[in-house]
Amino acid sequence: MIPEIGHLALIIALIFAFLQAGSGLLSSDRAKRTWLTGVTPAFAFGQTFFLLFSYLALTYLFVNNDFSVAYVANHSNTQLPIYYRISAVWGAHEGSLLLWVLILSLWSTCVAWQLPKQLSKSVATQVLGVLGSISTGFLLFILWTSNPFLRLLPFSPEQGRDLNPLLQDPGLIMHPPMLYMGYVGFAVAFALAIVALWRGELERAWAQAARTWTLVAWLFLTLGITLGSWWAYYELGWGGWWFWDPVENASLLPWLVGTALLHSLLTVSSQGIFKRWVSLLAIAAFSLSLLGTFLVRSGVLTSVHAFANDPERGVFILILLGVVVGGSLLLYATRAHCLTSPECSLGLSRETLILTNNSLLVIACATVLLGTIYPLILDAMSQVKLSVGAPYFNRLFVPLAWLLMLILAVGPVSRWRQSFHVAVKPLLWSAMGVSVLIFLINVFVLQLFWQVALTIALGIWVVLGSTIAVWLRTQFHWQAMKHLSLRYYGMLLAHLGVVVTAVGVAVVSFYSIERDVRMQVDDSLALAGYVVTFKDVTPYQGANYKSTRGQFTLQLKDKPVSAYLFPEKRVYLAQGMPLAETAIDANLWRDIYIALGEPLDNTGETWAVRVYYKPLVRWLWLGGLLMVAGAILSVFSKKKKEQHENPLV
Amino acid sequence: MKIRWFNTLPVIIFIALLLCLWLGLGRDTNLLPSALLEKPMPVFTLPDLNNQPLSEKQWQGKVALVNIWATWCLPCRTEHPILLKLAEQGVTIYGLNYKDDYQDALLWLNQRGNPYQSVARDVGGLVAIDWGVYGVPETFVIDKKGNIRYRLVGILTEEAWQKQLKPLMDTLQEE
Repeated sequence: MIPEIGHLALIIALIFAFLQAGSGLLSSDRAKRTWLTGVTPAFAFGQTFFLLFSYLALTYLFVNNDFSVAYVANHSNTQLPIYYRISAVWGAHEGSLLLWVLILSLWSTCVAWQLPKQLSKSVATQVLGVLGSISTGFLLFILWTSNPFLRLLPFSPEQGRDLNPLLQDPGLIMHPPMLYMGYVGFAVAFALAIVALWRGELERAWAQAARTWTLVAWLFLTLGITLGSWWAYYELGWGGWWFWDPVENASLLPWLVGTALLHSLLTVSSQGIFKRWVSLLAIAAFSLSLLGTFLVRSGVLTSVHAFANDPERGVFILILLGVVVGGSLLLYATRAHCLTSPECSLGLSRETLILTNNSLLVIACATVLLGTIYPLILDAMSQVKLSVGAPYFNRLFVPLAWLLMLILAVGPVSRWRQSFHVAVKPLLWSAMGVSVLIFLINVFVLQLFWQVALTIALGIWVVLGSTIAVWLRTQFHWQAMKHLSLRYYGMLLAHLGVVVTAVGVAVVSFYSIERDVRMQVDDSLALAGYVVTFKDVTPYQGANYKSTRGQFTLQLKDKPVSAYLFPEKRVYLAQGMPLAETAIDANLWRDIYIALGEPLDNTGETWAVRVYYKPLVRWLWLGGLLMVAGAILSVFSKKKKEQHENPLV
Repeated sequence: MKIRWFNTLPVIIFIALLLCLWLGLGRDTNLLPSALLEKPMPVFTLPDLNNQPLSEKQWQGKVALVNIWATWCLPCRTEHPILLKLAEQGVTIYGLNYKDDYQDALLWLNQRGNPYQSVARDVGGLVAIDWGVYGVPETFVIDKKGNIRYRLVGILTEEAWQKQLKPLMDTLQEE
């Protein structure tokens, strides 16, 4: 019965979503229709309630191993630990889509609850209408092509096929929900933009509200991408942390545009300019999230994430994409001229810098998008199959990142509508001088690779720029520094996060040492000043896997043993799938990473072993976390304080 | 209504993108070029449904389909009736049962009907790797000499049969 009840709840949720869309979009300021403003939030709550119910029903089926349901049978197993059975709900297509709409409805609920406090009730109702339409589309998609409650009768298997072992990992439990929170969160900014275009008005209050929503979505997306990269690093066993895989790119695209959006929203809220641009970016951020969903779910691109897919699904998502994105861009084409901005002066003002930042981010996004879909376009034109690899992305993306860091330093120092303050010009020139000097020392004295040297110098340039900005506002007086808003510190922290990530990327890319060696028990390997010794190898039995576990010791040359490492080679029983579980000794400055390969002889004492030395690799994710922390500070910043800041500017 | 042409640029770019995706959708899902095209079938010896050894030699001599399937594979359920219909029309179909349970496979064929001339049971999934299989179901076309001539990834639909496989098999018959 439970599957049928879950299915029914899904259908009821669809009806509520449809009602939410209808009443929200038909509502207006006219007296005859004001009652719609009252009922729309109720529909949103109803939709959320039934989706939550349906989602919990599916979770219940997983927890109780109901293999008469096809989705459960294909992605769970009685041997699977309970926490993985709960996370297996979003382990594949049908369940992840259900999670997707559930999260969308949760965002709808938050909008119904919070947005009327920020903007007028009638705007909030129309935003709910747009969100309801998106929900309706996705619920139709689920019920039509991807229903997770379909039964396998009368052929119910005794045992399930088990969750893909790669997904049986704590890092991956939280990765998809975070990512979806981000993807779907951009729907709110999107809906706000649609309503603004529709009404032909985009005020500063609108931009402030939109910025908060975008910030929350952005911080979840950042966290999701960071988690995903960390997971790939230790779980896939190659020591890589970013592969420019289409699915990874799909998450990077909305992140880049979302970052641009966050910055240009500032310009709208403080200067009232860039209105059209901001509405276009808001549409683009969510469209790219949808495009990501399409790329991942339609199987149109060959990726490690894809399996032989159902073409019907692809067609449906494509139609959905066409209607949502095509429709909103058409709205933009016909209505954008209603959004008028006052004249803006260029010169080295903050708006110019933000415009530059936006152009760079959008170019970076276009570059990644082109690289991701180029194989597709080429195949459509000339039937040539190829894939675009890391060299393309690195060659184009890295210089753009450098340029971004170059202007990132002066952003916080700059002023609206005018060039830099006279007092900061000499300071900026000296900061520039220091950075150039550091670059030269790095290259000629320390003999670093010039790419690494440049990244470090740019990092210092950003840190110095931020310090000047704080000085300009407070002269480092404690009282004044206390009065700076949390938002300001959030901005500094997020910028610092960019620097930390960039330096981590540069160093780990150029100074990693990777050794694939044949090792016998008691063999030692010297690596970057460390000695790694293969001590033993023993069998081990896990809940749903068998494992061979190696024991390694790690020590600095001529020092006592500092760590024991236990890499494993697991075979998951249900699918017979082997998986290398890596062992990592981590600290802030370097990782020592060991993965067990294949046994090389019959005694089981000689193994292919991968030993990596990864300097500063933790900085990659530390930077991501700093960006998230910055965004959190900014979200919780009180508006009142901001009026007091800027004595000088 | 006043329309600024500059503002229509995004929608025009998007339509171009959509067109590419649509074309990609039509192609990729049906055809993934196999590295084995125009080459002989990989060598194997596997147990058949009666646990007798079966090798690729026994699949030579006729233009035939080689279908990779499993009882746990949901799309295979959709595909099965189509295979049965083709078998009735006299198409030779061999099956490679992928990573499956012996009893499940027997039960499946008894209850749903058996379209296969013979079935090789690839319990470990290693032979499927030799064939370059990437997900079940997949279907290969082989010619009289036992060379692989076509690879279809995903469900063998009525449309894929009429448009792609049947014309190819007809020409191969005449070779």
